[in-house]
Amino acid sequence: MNKVLSIMINSKTKSRVEKTAEWIFKICALFALIAVVMMTGYMIYSGTPALLKVGIKEILFSNVWNPSAANPQYGILNIIFTSIVGSAGAILIGVPIGVLTAVYLSEVASSQMAKIVKPAVELLAGIPSVVYGLIGILLINPVMYKLELFFFKNDPTHQFTGGCNLLSAIIILAIMILPTVINISESAIRSVPKHLKSGSLALGGSQIQTIFKVILPAAKTGILSAIVLGVGRAIGEAMAIVLVSGNSVNLPLPFNSVRFLTTAIVSEMSYATGTHRQVLFTIGLVLFIFIMIINIILTKIIKSGDDQHA
Amino acid sequence: MKKLLKSLMVAAVAFAITGCGGSGESKANKPVTMSGSTSMEKMMTAMNEAYYNETNNEATAEYTGSGAGIEAVLAGSVNIGNASRALKDEEKAKGAVENIVAIDGIAIVVDKANGVENLTKEQLAKIYTGEVTNWSELGGENQNIVVIGREAGSGTRGAFEEILKVENNCKYAQEIDSTGAVMAKVASIPGAIGYVSLDVVDDTVKALKIEGVVGNEENIKAGTYALQRPFVMVTKGEISEQDQSVQDYFKFVQSDKGQEIIKSVGLITVD
Repeated sequence: MNKVLSIMINSKTKSRVEKTAEWIFKICALFALIAVVMMTGYMIYSGTPALLKVGIKEILFSNVWNPSAANPQYGILNIIFTSIVGSAGAILIGVPIGVLTAVYLSEVASSQMAKIVKPAVELLAGIPSVVYGLIGILLINPVMYKLELFFFKNDPTHQFTGGCNLLSAIIILAIMILPTVINISESAIRSVPKHLKSGSLALGGSQIQTIFKVILPAAKTGILSAIVLGVGRAIGEAMAIVLVSGNSVNLPLPFNSVRFLTTAIVSEMSYATGTHRQVLFTIGLVLFIFIMIINIILTKIIKSGDDQHA
Repeated sequence: MKKLLKSLMVAAVAFAITGCGGSGESKANKPVTMSGSTSMEKMMTAMNEAYYNETNNEATAEYTGSGAGIEAVLAGSVNIGNASRALKDEEKAKGAVENIVAIDGIAIVVDKANGVENLTKEQLAKIYTGEVTNWSELGGENQNIVVIGREAGSGTRGAFEEILKVENNCKYAQEIDSTGAVMAKVASIPGAIGYVSLDVVDDTVKALKIEGVVGNEENIKAGTYALQRPFVMVTKGEISEQDQSVQDYFKFVQSDKGQEIIKSVGLITVD
């Protein structure tokens, strides 16, 4: 009983310890694999019955969402559009700001300035998404309501939303993807070989010319990855935007109250039953497929980047 | 060691046997079956759970809709049909008896600065279907109406749309997934209107009169407040004609414990 398990004693215990350790590592690695396989299986298993029952056309290519009617309709086309437009909008605003911040941090900023900005970016990444939503309710929605009153003053066809609209959600999403875009772009820019920069400067290029003509093109792969990851973050966000987007199913116009794929699931899950519930799982499956596509694109980009360097 | 284990096992078995005997002494009733209104799900789930905990008797409910529930009880396939509306005359003619167990009340709330005090049912329906979009059309200031409601599937939304007969015609500017959030939005957005369960109204918002009647427990019991609906447990024939198990169930609903459960899910009890 008192034998000490040590690799010093003989080769037999040594190999036993090695084997055990290997197995522990293997089991840990399997956890992630099992989780992914199970989730994929479960999403397909629970998402497809509604597709078969209601019809693919009626769900994916119809824009009437009326799940509690006597003749329920489950068209999620507007919801899909909203997720695409919302993420695209967030990218349009967030990526230029993010990439330029990354350029500033890695090339322009004094080390003192970088010491202030960098922790701020990291803090931004750590703020829980629901807090973004609360800030949105307090700051963005009232401003949006004022703009709405200004723009649609004499428009009887516009439905007033009190500032909860697509634009509010886009602004929140743009801020939320900033840390992802900044961090990944910055490390991409920093990994551009020094000789490229020196070469450009030695040939008489100014600093700005060097940044835009040499460094950014060389860091293209990394920046593209940053954008794709930003899309992934934006499309998967629910908690922050459910608070600011108004949550009615409408066409994704800037001042319309809109519903995203994520918020469609969150907002109706609690009381949904029967087919309605199954359709919510189908929305989950659609979202899952979106994320899968984004991941495949990301892998392709990274691979093409590797080929370029090789 | 083995001996100790053995004696423990003996004790466990003995305990299990006496445990069984204990519950066997009180006569187990036949399970009470019911089906009907989805709006009553929250109340029935709480009630049936408490009924089981209190008496060890089972009561099971299915949620198929008020009409289907009444049909089922008349056909004799369940003991009780749950309906979240008053019975129609032809249903009563077929032998359905209306036992009102609770009342569901809905308050219409607006932000505190709103000058409007009173709405008719018709005005309310017009607001929610998008026909009326400005408070000035209702005697208020020139301010746009922000129409706030609950998500599809919510019992409050179902009741509201059913009472006003605007089912699936509503044009919501915001669909919120909790009562608390509706209250917060209405309180913070100028010109907003929303509906919530009567019991959650507080002084952050202003509750409107409907047809000139204040929404409170007294007016609801008197039947003068418009935005209310009864929760009815329908039996085929009077309660006294039912099986002992069904009579026991109704006794439990009417007991202090049962009334407490009705209040705890935000409903108004019937005296």
